[in-house]
Amino acid sequence: MDLILVNLIDGLVTGLLLFMLSAGLTLIFSMMGVLNFAHASFYMLGAYFAYQISIALGFWMGLLIAPLIVGVMGAGVERYGLRRVHKYGHVPELIFTFGLALLIEELVQFIWGKNQMPYQIPDALNFTAFAISGNSIPAFKIFMIFISVSIFIGLLFVLTKTRVGMIIQAALSYPRTVEALGHNVPLIFMGVFGVGTALAGVAGVIAGPVLGTFPGMAFVLGSIVFVTIVIGGLGSLWGALVASLLIGWITTFAKSYNIAMSDILNGIGLSTPENLDDSVFRDLWTVTSPQIADILPYILMVLILIFRPYGLFGKRDA
Amino acid sequence: MKNITRLGAVSALSLIIGASAAFAENIKIAFIDPLSGPFASTGTNGLHQFEFAVDHMINEKGGILDGQNMEIVAFDNKISPKESLIQLQVAIDQGIRYIAQGNSSGVANALTEAIDKHNRRNPDSRVLFLNYAAVDPALTNEKCNFWHFRFDANADIKMDALTDVMVQNPDIKKVYIIGQDYSFGKAVAAAAVDMLGKKSDIEVVGNELHPIGKVKDFTPYARKIVSSGADAVITGNWGADMLGLGKSVIENGFEGPIYTYYAAGSGITAAFGESGKDKIRLIAQGGINPIATEEARETYEAFEAKYPDGNIDQSRIFNVIGMLSKAIEEAGTADDVVAVASKLEGMEYDSMWGGKLFMRPQDHQLIQDMHVGVHTDENIEFDYDKSGFGVLTESTVEMASMDSPTSCEMKRPE
Repeated sequence: MDLILVNLIDGLVTGLLLFMLSAGLTLIFSMMGVLNFAHASFYMLGAYFAYQISIALGFWMGLLIAPLIVGVMGAGVERYGLRRVHKYGHVPELIFTFGLALLIEELVQFIWGKNQMPYQIPDALNFTAFAISGNSIPAFKIFMIFISVSIFIGLLFVLTKTRVGMIIQAALSYPRTVEALGHNVPLIFMGVFGVGTALAGVAGVIAGPVLGTFPGMAFVLGSIVFVTIVIGGLGSLWGALVASLLIGWITTFAKSYNIAMSDILNGIGLSTPENLDDSVFRDLWTVTSPQIADILPYILMVLILIFRPYGLFGKRDA
Repeated sequence: MKNITRLGAVSALSLIIGASAAFAENIKIAFIDPLSGPFASTGTNGLHQFEFAVDHMINEKGGILDGQNMEIVAFDNKISPKESLIQLQVAIDQGIRYIAQGNSSGVANALTEAIDKHNRRNPDSRVLFLNYAAVDPALTNEKCNFWHFRFDANADIKMDALTDVMVQNPDIKKVYIIGQDYSFGKAVAAAAVDMLGKKSDIEVVGNELHPIGKVKDFTPYARKIVSSGADAVITGNWGADMLGLGKSVIENGFEGPIYTYYAAGSGITAAFGESGKDKIRLIAQGGINPIATEEARETYEAFEAKYPDGNIDQSRIFNVIGMLSKAIEEAGTADDVVAVASKLEGMEYDSMWGGKLFMRPQDHQLIQDMHVGVHTDENIEFDYDKSGFGVLTESTVEMASMDSPTSCEMKRPE
């Protein structure tokens, strides 16, 4: 019972981290129709920049400055890269972001090398906040929850309650009309791209010390972010939040409990074959939930695509 | 001015000629390991150590045989067995006779099979497999062949030595075993369960595998370990998986020792830093602190001068080069790999990192001293990752598993 509470908190941390990445990506996708393959690379850049800044100025300045740099870089990529490629259609745009992801990874390896970076949790947060029957919850995790929740509330407020947000939302669905009304739509696009990548940067800054800062960190997280926005529904902030939390909890619980496939199959009335080694279904019978935890989100995505192609909260018909 | 230019041109030209003359006679070793992707750091550091060992031990001392130099040719296998076989073919086509590989026993299993097949079919272009780190016991047991030599202790030998040390610690009553889901991870787990069962009444409270290189966050695993009430953790994890698991286990409140195979170097030591002090323990050959010989100290200092950011975290690579060059010298040829392999078999060699090495002829498994060390910043002469932290030898098992059984039935070429 205690473990359930601990897992709920762990899943929440994983989910919120995913949300910070997918929030930016889903906005960018719905606005420009571009699947930004380099999105996770900006997350990696956030971590590396923050590490470099933290050496000189400490963690907190890193948290402040690194996302800004990443955001400006993201805006630059949109202004001088994507916008030029845009007129050639979607495929060149895809290839452009894909190439960018590879480029950033190589660049990071070139500058910082291939080793793990010793990017550490700041001393002010390096203590146990509280413990639930021996399982300590580090203060840094509480801090991560706090940061991501405030970002979500902030985004929601800007998008739904302010004039800027209304223009962005209008530009999402009717860019031509918004342009005709005298708004600078390309500037909005650039801004959204910048903010989206800056969010990924924030995620990198606070995930780097926990999940490790190394050149493979973008690759490890890259595909799952796309899965999140497909499940949540493209362009929906709420969808991104719900899908992120769902994925966070599903994977956490699947890893925490050793549910064996044989138990499930026995439960629905199938009996275990007597000689498992000869059975063609041996792998199916011996699989346990921690082994398949990381592919569960993909299974969920396939199901969503079959039964609700526009995602949990998506508004557009596919 | 003109004269100087001419002099420069002439000396440059002579350098080029000199270099190409030496180049033509190099003894080449193909290094097939991951140089990109999640395990790139492990592969690249291994490559640096190979390149340095060859330069420092052979080339700067006038080469071997009639002054032939050794050369490392790097191939990136992206840790994929399929890619490795392609690279193996490329290496063979380039006329390379020695293949070095270490990261991932999955790759080593594929390579050893392919090399065995190749050598049977192409007696004119046979190659030797110098396995410097893949430790799946099968490679020197049921899958052994004449062409494969393992310079690291296999997972069983390491576990044998590790459990010898663990059973002497009265605080350890429950152990949690966790590893990567592939042949090596499974071999570690099987050996741990088997040997703990034989040597003690230590209870195994958890035994599980996780996908290799794909886990983003190890927190759920750490929770299970803490709530299982384990006193110690055993893991064979390496690369990013080792750091992720170790950090997570420590952060989430685990207090006991974490016994590992590979938790050092490649940035891992620096990233653990203070948090891992006196918790992370390592079973390995060739201890660095305290350093064994003056030669080793001088070698390490030269390495640090060349690679300020690097570590010698796989000192056995120097044993590979030392033993191979000795075998080539004794055989009098580098082209006839059967002669070289026959010299390697049963070779006794004094390692500069301390202790005697013995290449057991019946299975081509190197027998050597095993050390259990602790991650600390006290009494460290050679730290890793410039972090002040390093691995200090706590206990040593001499010539570990010298008489261990092997199921290998070595087939030697006619």
